[in-house]
Amino acid sequence: MVTSMNYPRIVEVKEIVEEAYDVKSIFFSQRGLKKPKAGQFFMIWIPGIDEVPMSVSFIGENELGITVKKVGEATAALHSLSVGDKIGVRGPFGNGFTLSDGDVLIVGGGIGIAPLYPLIMDLLNTTDSITVVLAAKNNKMLIFLDKISNILRRECDSLVVVTDDGSAGLRGLASDIAAKLIEEKSYDHIYMCGPEIMMRKIFDKAEEKGVEVQACLERYMKCGIGLCGSCCIGEYLVCKDGPVFNSEILRKLKDEFGVFKRDSSGLPIEFSS
Amino acid sequence: MNKIYGIYKFKRGKDVGEFGMVSLAVDIAGVRLRNPTMLASGILGISGKLLRKVAKAGAGAVVTKSVSLRPKPGYLNPTIIEVDCGFINAMGLPNPGVDYFMKEVVIAKEGNVPVIASVVGERVEEFVEVALKLEAAGVDALELNVSCPHAGAGLIGQNAELTYEVVEAVKQKVKIPVFVKLTPNVTDITEIARAATDAGADAITAINTVKAMCIDIETGRPILSNVFGGLSGPAIKPIAIRCVYEIYRVVDVPIVGVGGICKWQDVVEFLMAGASAVQIGSGVIKGLSIFSEITEGLKCFLEKKGYEDINCIVGLAHRV
Repeated sequence: MVTSMNYPRIVEVKEIVEEAYDVKSIFFSQRGLKKPKAGQFFMIWIPGIDEVPMSVSFIGENELGITVKKVGEATAALHSLSVGDKIGVRGPFGNGFTLSDGDVLIVGGGIGIAPLYPLIMDLLNTTDSITVVLAAKNNKMLIFLDKISNILRRECDSLVVVTDDGSAGLRGLASDIAAKLIEEKSYDHIYMCGPEIMMRKIFDKAEEKGVEVQACLERYMKCGIGLCGSCCIGEYLVCKDGPVFNSEILRKLKDEFGVFKRDSSGLPIEFSS
Repeated sequence: MNKIYGIYKFKRGKDVGEFGMVSLAVDIAGVRLRNPTMLASGILGISGKLLRKVAKAGAGAVVTKSVSLRPKPGYLNPTIIEVDCGFINAMGLPNPGVDYFMKEVVIAKEGNVPVIASVVGERVEEFVEVALKLEAAGVDALELNVSCPHAGAGLIGQNAELTYEVVEAVKQKVKIPVFVKLTPNVTDITEIARAATDAGADAITAINTVKAMCIDIETGRPILSNVFGGLSGPAIKPIAIRCVYEIYRVVDVPIVGVGGICKWQDVVEFLMAGASAVQIGSGVIKGLSIFSEITEGLKCFLEKKGYEDINCIVGLAHRV
């Protein structure tokens, strides 16, 4: 019996929560898996279909959760699961976020809020204040609003909701709202996950103001364990050196971060806004 | 075969001087390596920047992913699985195609070690076309992948005539050295090695992965999307050692040993079996420091044993 974390552990789906019309959270038992850190990910195997990387979005005592947006065949298969169905879980992989103190800004764009949710739980114990910018295209695609309002209970914490079309909260782009906040306030640290162009814009602004960031990135992933190179960005691997990259590394990735990713063959695909 | 085994003098116990200057440099068909470790094909070699990083970490040479004429997306996941003694993978030879990859070669060359391009094709003409483009891009040598156990091209390396045909066609067109990577999934690997060298191969790389599979007992399903894959890692080292030993007895070209190398002792064993250099694949899971750790280990071993030159131990196990 292989006990390695590089072998899928078969787990039963315990609970499914519909977060938005195209987003579901899937919960399963942590038994037999190493407890992940916020920002780490699992390779989720849907037998007979595919295996895809998924950030952990819920870290409980005995339960773990992932939050899945339906974008292709594998995620559609995850959406069609019912409680009691079995999936394979390999991991946790990657570095995860590093906790900081002081006043922090958190920017989650769309499904990008998923890995940030368990991070916020951890940061409540280490920070003086947390400002969350929760952004989506429109109110229908806004997820985790209740969850996040429920945990931001400290007086010092705040939540800013942003939608592209103004159907919920402020109207505008998350990157513009975040840039304004960075300009006006003095944050000690910024955490973000979401569309890469958004993250690049926020990173550039943070550089201008000298604020350190941690960005959670995504690339096409095959092995998940640092062997195949598919998820490369610059000379780094998202699966092993990431998925969370700090300012020091992002500065070396200016040619690629927010510029292009690669498809499964390794051909570059430019990000479009 | 009238081969003299142990072509290099066996200089046991010779004083190597107070600074212990041991030479690790090897020459594989005119490709000069500062040390005998190379990155194996399929590992990391998808981009020039990754290849450059491996070179800077201490590899003597780097081998690219197998490059085909058109981009290949590879198989769906799962494409790799860890088993008790190694990994089984069926990546499906993903690569961005030769036209784009030529740009990555230029970056890879900045690592200042030889860049060896692995070439794969469905047909003889494809091997030739890809080989010519990679030669033009500036690679130092080619390694023909006729041996992938989970792709169609792997069948070539199981047939001596087909192997001969591919190697001969490429050799007729290119000027740079041509290595041929062989599969252990054959009855007699020496037959294929001979066919390759008869066709003009400048070096033999042995071995590719061993055809394997793995079933998940909870769901009763093969885990790899391609069902079959290739086993790598410590499990296959003894098979690779045997293959290198057998090939050394029948060919006169240098052999590059590969299969399950994790530590310097493994490299010594490959060299003694007859390899002049080695490649490291799955062993990279431990980190890129494996290259410098192995190099250090080799230096200490050679000093302790009193060898001035690593070439002294090549084929040592064959001495009469």
